[in-house]
Amino acid sequence: MNEQARPVSDEPQMRRRVEMVVNGRPRSAEIETRLLLVHFLRETLGLTGTHVGCDTTSCGACTVRLQGTPIKSCTMFAVQADGLEVTTVEGLAQGGKLHPVQEGFKEEHGLQCGFCTPGMMLVSAALLEENPNPTEAEIRFAISGNICRCTGYQNIVKAVQWAAQKTQSGQAATTVA
Amino acid sequence: MYPAKFEYFAPRTLAEALSLLEKYGDEGKVLAGGQSLIPLMKLRFAAPRALIDLNRIEGLDQLVEEAGALRIGALVRTKACELSQLLHDRFRALGDAAPQISDPIVRNRGTVVGSLVHADPQGDWGSVMLAVGARVEARGSGGTRTVTIEQFFQGPFASALQPDEIVTSVVVPDPGPRASGTYLKLERKVGDFATVGVAVHLSLDNGRVRRAGIALTAVAPTNVKATKAEEALAGAELNDSSIRNAAELAAQAAEPRSDLRGSADYKRHIVQVFTERGLRTAAEAARAA
Repeated sequence: MNEQARPVSDEPQMRRRVEMVVNGRPRSAEIETRLLLVHFLRETLGLTGTHVGCDTTSCGACTVRLQGTPIKSCTMFAVQADGLEVTTVEGLAQGGKLHPVQEGFKEEHGLQCGFCTPGMMLVSAALLEENPNPTEAEIRFAISGNICRCTGYQNIVKAVQWAAQKTQSGQAATTVA
Repeated sequence: MYPAKFEYFAPRTLAEALSLLEKYGDEGKVLAGGQSLIPLMKLRFAAPRALIDLNRIEGLDQLVEEAGALRIGALVRTKACELSQLLHDRFRALGDAAPQISDPIVRNRGTVVGSLVHADPQGDWGSVMLAVGARVEARGSGGTRTVTIEQFFQGPFASALQPDEIVTSVVVPDPGPRASGTYLKLERKVGDFATVGVAVHLSLDNGRVRRAGIALTAVAPTNVKATKAEEALAGAELNDSSIRNAAELAAQAAEPRSDLRGSADYKRHIVQVFTERGLRTAAEAARAA
């Protein structure tokens, strides 16, 4: 990854080549500076799992992880992510195996229309890495930047609890083994 | 929504950022968290010719205590404030405000200094900084100058910052012993702007108020100090009568406008209720501090 400072020239810098690691894979493209990260992911890279919801920094459907931290990709330019690592919903499953959060959403029916789901799952995965055994209140606080219009959040909370249990019992099993 | 075209720079040093800003003048905009600026650019309320991204400059993300005072660098995210034990223990108004600002994902990115520079009268950090008497440090081609936060806010979305200046940090003075504060915010839902917010800071001396800071969000053309309420409390004993009196004076300092979030009368009433509640909370914490 070339994250070296590019020389400041007198040429207008309205296009740029960016390089970033998306879901573990190096990606590179020449793009307009005004291209939002969400459009870079969806249109330049074809990763349409990241959704454009409100497009006004309110709904969280476009949430991705930048260097592990959840951010709203409609409120960041792709050039800002140059040299950095991005994880989208396509990067949650590893080696064909669903992430515990994905399993949780499946088992507990944590979605109906599925539009908010990518953002909900990425925020939940980040939460469980910081706090493997969150209370219901902590889960609701963590997902408070993500809007769901179908479920009333009940099953989303259950899905995250399911994932927390699964992750912990998995780790316990590993420890015993 | 697509913003207008712009030139993008990601300088590695503050000197480089300042020279770019000098070159572009008021056609250049400084980008930190971008959680206010980028939405404005998408709506084309802002269309800078050049965007100068501070995020690659080292050393601007310091949240540190310096001889009892608190320094918040230009790249300190609101999330860092939310997690800070130092803020919770010694700068309580800040610590209480942080988790109430916007939503958790925006807090991961949005900065304290960026919020102040944006100078939105509905911004929460502005009131907190007025209550605690913060100072803004601005670096320009001519050197560094310090501006009190009261002088900094000039009008809605207007600050005392010159086009060639960058705010490098905001400094909160040492609150001293027996001091605490809080922030109360009424919002319709997470992520919405405040209907009303009240920041309170108190320091006590022998049971009397040494200094009181009270500032209001979303009820005036800028974040605004409730100066008469602060003056009435200074030197006074904190009791039901002085607290109620200060809350009434704070409500009088509000100039709210009726809108979809509530009527002017309602908002003024909330200022009174929140000021009273905030003073009681801060007093209890300051006595225990």
